Amino acid sequence: MELNELTIKQAAEGLKKKEFTSVEITRVCLDRIKKRNKEINAFITVCEDSALAEAKAADKILASGKGDVLTGVPFAVKDAICTAGIRSTGAAKILDNYTPPFDATVIRKIRQQGGVLVGKNNCDTFGHGASNENSMYGPVRNPRDTGKVAGGSSGGSAAAVADNMCIYAIAEDTGGSIRQPAAFCGIVGLRPSYGRNSRFGIMPMASSLDTVGPLAKTAEDVALLMEIMAGQDKLDATTVADKVPKYTKAISKSVKGLTVGLPKEYLDVEGMDKETREIILAQAEKLKEAGCEIKKVSLPFTKYAIAVYYIIVPSEDSSNLGRLDGVRYGVRADAKNLYDLYAKSRAQGFPEEVKRRILIGTYALSAGYYDAYYKKAQKVRTLIKNDFENVFKDVDVLLTPTSPFPAFGLGEKADDPLAMYMADVMVAPAAVAGMPALSVPVGNNKKGLPIGAQIIGPRLGEEAVLQVGNKLT
Amino acid sequence: MLTIEEVKNIAKLARIELTPAEEKRHAETISAVLDYMKILNEVDTENIEPTSQVTGLSDVTREDAPRDCATKKELLTQMPKVSDNELVVPGVFNGEE
Repeated sequence: MELNELTIKQAAEGLKKKEFTSVEITRVCLDRIKKRNKEINAFITVCEDSALAEAKAADKILASGKGDVLTGVPFAVKDAICTAGIRSTGAAKILDNYTPPFDATVIRKIRQQGGVLVGKNNCDTFGHGASNENSMYGPVRNPRDTGKVAGGSSGGSAAAVADNMCIYAIAEDTGGSIRQPAAFCGIVGLRPSYGRNSRFGIMPMASSLDTVGPLAKTAEDVALLMEIMAGQDKLDATTVADKVPKYTKAISKSVKGLTVGLPKEYLDVEGMDKETREIILAQAEKLKEAGCEIKKVSLPFTKYAIAVYYIIVPSEDSSNLGRLDGVRYGVRADAKNLYDLYAKSRAQGFPEEVKRRILIGTYALSAGYYDAYYKKAQKVRTLIKNDFENVFKDVDVLLTPTSPFPAFGLGEKADDPLAMYMADVMVAPAAVAGMPALSVPVGNNKKGLPIGAQIIGPRLGEEAVLQVGNKLT
Repeated sequence: MLTIEEVKNIAKLARIELTPAEEKRHAETISAVLDYMKILNEVDTENIEPTSQVTGLSDVTREDAPRDCATKKELLTQMPKVSDNELVVPGVFNGEE
């Protein structure tokens, strides 16, 4: 096994036992990026020099017998998350020259352990997309089949982990941006409960939905990362004070006795791929054999989640992205007056989908439409949330497909925004309700494309989610 | 159906310059999206409270005290145009710098 193919746990053990050094494993990852990134396009920025310097520093710590589990382990970060001293574009030309002076809180925690940052991952600009085709730095290709999309918006992060360009990646999930690309690329990805991990330092999209989470090769690695990333943060007032559980302990527990719900609204949705459905149902059988009780359940408001999501997200987006105006940082267009400076900087610096979302949001929030769109969506959001709260009185977790179909072809949905929005049908509901949800790879279809199973848990119920996810991988 | 005039007006509010081709495309695609949103009218939401956030937290505050900005220099280097440590923008009223 090559060093870049290791899990975090294996890498940490090898580093501790001095079987290899951080410089060695970092070089192998950087070589892999050099070899593959031209085709996959998973990275916007590769930090070769700083990564090797960080690896050398980590080796010093490890040589003295100290160090934590992430010390010296190479990782990558979605470019919509700020990294101190490293260019962070959010895949938007308006931030092409932006170097944040600070780390996002979750990145600070990882870097404090001596994590080695190899680069910044391509993504749909500011997270706007489900295929990574909305990046101003070009689409990401799926390492498993380069004619297919990697998923989105965190497609670069999922592709980088799946293609062994790094050991793990940190990304952001507003309505499926970690889970769907994880499923398309055949790796594990967690959207934590909203409020579990600090959002400080991530480029905001929809503030009431944005979460930061890990992409890794195993559920165990995800559990390990969550123990480090989670927790209350003074810099994010929406983080919760609840104690961070020992997720790595939770995953080793038997799943026997857990009740797993199979929601009909997911499995019987229009456009559901037959093979995907069969593979997911086989997982339910597997859990049944392991001692879980399988229960058919219903969440009747599921079918409204996409409409709710695509009103709330553009609305909050249009407000959040107001800060990108070419005035204080980023790329400023030539203009004679202030209005033109705003309008031209934003015209040149945003891709079409970002403009579309800002326009939809501006419309939905404008006088006369606010009640009909935004407020209505917020009320239906309550009903979707109630659906989940009710069902979790009867079951411990829900099992669904992560996506109704495996990775689709590049360009297949690119001209039809609504068709692209519908790709989020399995991942948006948990996001709208603030529930944690994990995608784990559970096999391939006949064409060799990975299929992901999604495990959704109650708020702050990451332990059961990871426990069941671990059993399925 | 959103008209080109409506798209122009929203784009002005959002401070995004659009080409005529973009205006046409956005009118079409946004109309399709807004049409789909009508599905929400099927749902009876009378007496349902809106959800604006899911944490249940309220009134999270911090002490309102001034702090030093440790990254003043770095922030200045990010500014598109600076003169004597001050940010430069075109004039608001006369259109001149």
